[in-house]
Amino acid sequence: SLCKKPEYVQGEIITNGSKRSLRARLMKLLPCSGAKKPAAQTQNSVEDELELSAVRHRPEGLEQLEAQTRFSRKELQILYRGFKNECPSGVVNEDTFKDIYSQFFPQGDASTYAHFLFNAFDTDHNGSVSFEDFVMGLSILLRGSVQEKLNWAFNLYDINKDGYITKEEMLDIMKAIYDMMGKCTYPILKEETPRQHVEIFFQKMDKNKDGVVTIDEFIDCCQNDENIMRSMQLFENVI
Amino acid sequence: MAAGVAAWLPFARAAAIGWMPVANLPMPVAPTEKNKRQDELIILNVSGRRFQTWRNTLDRYPDTLLGSSEKEFFYNEETREYFFDRDPDVFRSILNFYRTGKLHYPRYECISAYDEELAFFGIIPEIISDCCYEEYKDRKRENAERLMDDNEDNKDCKLPNMTFRETMWRAFENPHTSTMALVFYYVTGFFIAVSVITNVVETVPCGATPNQKDMPCGERYTEAFFCMDTACVMIFTVEYLMRLFAAPSRYRFIRSVMSIIDVVAILPYYIGLVMTNNEDVSGAFVTLRVFRVFRIFKFSRHSQGLRILGYTLKSCASELGFLLFSLTMAIIIFATVMFYAEKGSTSSKFTSIPASFWYTIVTMTTLGYGDMVPKTIAGKIFGSICSLSGVLVIALPVPVIVSNFSRIYHQNQRADKRRAQKKARLARMRISKTGSSSAFLHSKRNGLLNESLELTVRTGKTMSLLESQHHHLLHCLEKTTVRSYQLKGPTVGVGTGIIKNHEFMDEQLYEQSYLETALQSYPSRSPSLSSQGLTGTCCSRRAKKSSQLPNASAATSGLQELSAINIQCGDPPLSTSRSSLNMRPDDPPRLNCQSGQITTAIISIPTPPATTPDGDGHTLPNPSVQNIVKVSAL
Repeated sequence: SLCKKPEYVQGEIITNGSKRSLRARLMKLLPCSGAKKPAAQTQNSVEDELELSAVRHRPEGLEQLEAQTRFSRKELQILYRGFKNECPSGVVNEDTFKDIYSQFFPQGDASTYAHFLFNAFDTDHNGSVSFEDFVMGLSILLRGSVQEKLNWAFNLYDINKDGYITKEEMLDIMKAIYDMMGKCTYPILKEETPRQHVEIFFQKMDKNKDGVVTIDEFIDCCQNDENIMRSMQLFENVI
Repeated sequence: MAAGVAAWLPFARAAAIGWMPVANLPMPVAPTEKNKRQDELIILNVSGRRFQTWRNTLDRYPDTLLGSSEKEFFYNEETREYFFDRDPDVFRSILNFYRTGKLHYPRYECISAYDEELAFFGIIPEIISDCCYEEYKDRKRENAERLMDDNEDNKDCKLPNMTFRETMWRAFENPHTSTMALVFYYVTGFFIAVSVITNVVETVPCGATPNQKDMPCGERYTEAFFCMDTACVMIFTVEYLMRLFAAPSRYRFIRSVMSIIDVVAILPYYIGLVMTNNEDVSGAFVTLRVFRVFRIFKFSRHSQGLRILGYTLKSCASELGFLLFSLTMAIIIFATVMFYAEKGSTSSKFTSIPASFWYTIVTMTTLGYGDMVPKTIAGKIFGSICSLSGVLVIALPVPVIVSNFSRIYHQNQRADKRRAQKKARLARMRISKTGSSSAFLHSKRNGLLNESLELTVRTGKTMSLLESQHHHLLHCLEKTTVRSYQLKGPTVGVGTGIIKNHEFMDEQLYEQSYLETALQSYPSRSPSLSSQGLTGTCCSRRAKKSSQLPNASAATSGLQELSAINIQCGDPPLSTSRSSLNMRPDDPPRLNCQSGQITTAIISIPTPPATTPDGDGHTLPNPSVQNIVKVSAL
């Protein structure tokens, strides 16, 4: 499966015990060393394991999700089955998220963009995307109003979530998008292409030329752009 | 895992909304699902056992039987289920493949039965996951060897119209084919023995005559031994010439080991004939006679055990080399040590390091002749260490050689046993057949033979929805970045049957190219032309470069999911129909715009170099041509 199993925690246990390991090794060589110390260790590790194996996430009930999102019951069922099949533990962490997204863009490097995307989906910023996060994100993207979609896009671009898109943030996003294309493109990708694209973007969006784009400028500008409006409707029928 | 792609595609497409505000160009139209089916349970009835699964699960692998429309052939209207008249136990593994994306090989299954089921359901065995792949390969190799042995036995039967030369060669190689060959076999064997015994007896002192001292028999009865030698050499020469004449490939025969042994065995005699009693060279001539002992190797044609021993030594060459190397190292080390240890003692036999070599070898092999013995205390200590380590160094590689010999020997034994059993088996089968032949004739008369269903190859298969959606996604990315994917790879002029003027065609083409590891053949096309000239960057495509992925390290894991597994199936006997179904023939252009026939991850273009369909598709691609079957891991 693509998702990390709870065993990743074993690494933590080992690092905690490294201070004791040398002494423990010497004690092991002596025939009469007490078994008390190792027992305590194993007890701790067993407890830790129990705790961490409970990282399995169970989503809220179907009715609640139906109320919170715009998916029908059947759609939620299909989505959950696919999600659970890929991630039996119920949550996706960032590495697996990057893996999944990279599968679609094998010729480029999709990890940076996947990182931004992960942050956009992980609304409560706890480092993992549960099924609720996933389905709420999808609900906005596929069934939301244009306003909501633009909001979501703004949230994606605004990396530090301060309400403004600066040129640096936009440049990061742009580079991430261009990275996905990879090196073999036609015409060849040059160093300043993302920067130029960012300039064009800011020229279009930044109405008051203060160097940042606010949410209102963004939404206004997008609503006036026919191309963007049309492309927002593009993925209506994905599910 | 390939299953992941199908499940996550909707998510990736939804996330593409993130590009939209950034893009300056209009996005391409999304493919629509023509007949959108709600996900439903389908029932697969395999010989009575019912399996149920979601339709989506099966759709994950569209170029297998269950994932494609081919399963409609097996749909049973009355019971509203798909019925397959196959083994339900093997089907379990196959269905698990769809569910988990991993194909496992159950160890208790017969390998050929499993292969047949895989071929029927259109799954290539290379997809078998790592946990079971080794086992599968081993069993397959064993089976193939066994079948090969049986085939070799079949060659023993006499073919009609063999030339005299071929008959002779067969007689030489397999003495049990005819009586003449057997006689020849035994006669040569006898003369080899005689010759070897003669050589040995020649040197035995024959008893002293009154007037001369003890001399070897060879010098006493010179003429008798000379006559014996001449007779043997004549027989060997005749035999060699006959083999040379009969050999199918004389050049190869001359280079073979046995013929070299033959030549070396008889050459000293002729050299002796040529050379007269010249005093200078007679010394050298005497040493040449030692090569006569090579005649004993001619026995290896007669004894299988000798051949096996020789083969073992050859196959263990690396172990023997290791043994030799480690021994040499140890000898040098210990000889040096002993030399310096014994340097002090007077009248020491260890006069130099090379002189100490002899002591070291004798000690390490635990021979211990005692002609060289250390006298100092240090020398004795090191001498004992030397003998202890000698045992270890020699004992280590020996088990490897022994196990190799044992394996090869038993293989041979098994082959012989099988050959012996085969005749008995065939005889028994023949007997039973005659008993039931009347019943068979009865049933035949009653017309109980059913005709086999002929599977027709799918033509004009539309691209699955998954693939078209993935393409659309990549197309959107292109539009956002005002870039187009570059094809890399030399163009080979095959596959001109690909639809021209197709909106998605080129993207699919070059998407495939970087996904595949093999070189592909696509017509060179500029993608910007196909995008209705909106981008304004329409330049003609120039020569393509090689299709190396730029980000190989990052993308390898992802690539494994989406990459096409490129397999050459050279005319598999069972699965001709299956492999042809896996291949996508170049589809006729009657497909409409929305469906292409090449998919991103699934690349299945047959590249029969001879056939380049020009617009009209082939219904039955020629299975005898070597086909490159690519099946996606989707």
